[in-house]
Amino acid sequence: MTQALALPTNRDEDWRYADAAYLAGADPVALAQWEEVQVAPGEARRDYRVLAADSAPGHVERLRVQVCAGGRFELAVVNAAGPYARFEAEVTLEQGAHFAFGGVTIGGGDRVQEFVTRVIHAEPDATSQQVVRAVQWGRATGNFLGRIEVARHAQKTDAGQNFKAILLEKGATANTKPELEIYADDVKCAHGAAIGALDQQAGFYMASRGIPPEAARKLLVRAFIADALEGVSDAAEHDRLLDAALVVLDGAMMEGVGV
Amino acid sequence: MTMLQIDNLQAEVAGKPILKGLSLDVKPGEVHAIMGPNGAGKSTLGYTLGGRPGYEVTGGSVDFAGQDLLALEPHERAAAGLFLGFQYPVEIPGVSFVQFLREALNAQRATRGEGPLSGGDFLKLAREKAALLRLDMDMLKRPVNVGFSGGEKKRAEMVQMGILDPKFAVLDETDSGLDIDALRIVGEGINAIMRKPDKAVLLITHYQRLLDYVKPDVVHVLAGGRIVKTGGPELALELEREGYEAVAA
Repeated sequence: MTQALALPTNRDEDWRYADAAYLAGADPVALAQWEEVQVAPGEARRDYRVLAADSAPGHVERLRVQVCAGGRFELAVVNAAGPYARFEAEVTLEQGAHFAFGGVTIGGGDRVQEFVTRVIHAEPDATSQQVVRAVQWGRATGNFLGRIEVARHAQKTDAGQNFKAILLEKGATANTKPELEIYADDVKCAHGAAIGALDQQAGFYMASRGIPPEAARKLLVRAFIADALEGVSDAAEHDRLLDAALVVLDGAMMEGVGV
Repeated sequence: MTMLQIDNLQAEVAGKPILKGLSLDVKPGEVHAIMGPNGAGKSTLGYTLGGRPGYEVTGGSVDFAGQDLLALEPHERAAAGLFLGFQYPVEIPGVSFVQFLREALNAQRATRGEGPLSGGDFLKLAREKAALLRLDMDMLKRPVNVGFSGGEKKRAEMVQMGILDPKFAVLDETDSGLDIDALRIVGEGINAIMRKPDKAVLLITHYQRLLDYVKPDVVHVLAGGRIVKTGGPELALELEREGYEAVAA
């Protein structure tokens, strides 16, 4: 039994940016666990999560979702945990189903925080939209590995993914690896990625109006991660997720992060 | 009594000396204009006073109402009453003007030991200043400067100045990019906000035209990183007529 459950390594594509120290000591049985969810035909379901607590050697959460015909699944996750925190989603879309994903990784220190998604457009007319934002500092790493698979007969698929990262300090890292496997011919698949620093011009503009660096940074980060949480239709949940992300930044100010 | 006293200021950008011993005294109630050719150091003066990173002071001093301005962080300079009007106002996607200015005003008030302004009082103030500059209040609900025309950005700068109510404003080419009507509106706005006995203005400009609306008390010519000539309002007209080269020579 344990023989069949070999531990993944960084040589496995889906684990290439994972924390090697975590993988070396992980429990293979726990790693093979998936939480299974089915969204019934025509049903709309929302799922919002915050990974906040650090737990050694790390935390892996895997969610497998089947969205039946005409169903909608809205998922948003703030990944602020460490030292290794991975959220993985495998979502299969039936005819006309919709999947929206918003993800935020935010953290410093040596944290490795990642999202790994696999969206399978199994039938025609399904849509998916994924927006991930990473905010890292210290020597932390934020990753997004997003795979989109479009089956041969899944015509009129409309799939998009977008990743942007802000590195607040030298030494922080972001990785992204979009993977598109498209076997149908009448589909729209878009992906985009950008990694940069916080806008220093905006920082000085804000300072010139009297906004201190910490507050300026918070305003800019708030605006940056807002893209990922835009799809959260429940206002109270939206604010809960945003606060859960920004509170991490409050802690970081004591580490003396510069704009 | 001097509001701003710049003494032998020297500053460099990326290791290149730009300001080479600039001295200037501005008293409360005065409007000074600084004119000069491209590359004279006009914008560098504004940014150096504002404390922009990368603008390194290598000598001299700046006293602002009894305080060592150069010892203050940029946001502390603003709270002390300095306002810098940008030649190219910065766009900040995702942050609304209202949010930005309320944060700015309350941060300044906190630095001065004052309590925050309520949301209602702030909006009332913003509406009043937007009306003064004929800027639609709805524009202040949009992200900072995003999608604004050049003229709208400059009027928005003046709305910000009205809301923040500084003691001293350095306005860097606030007249550039303005059509004739907008120039008059901005000029009148500067007068309404800043032409007071306890305030002062440093207008950085290439052209005489803004000075038709905001009458300067003193005009300086800046060339090669220092003030080469100082005079009354007639100096601006002379410059316009004869050019920098003839007048500054």
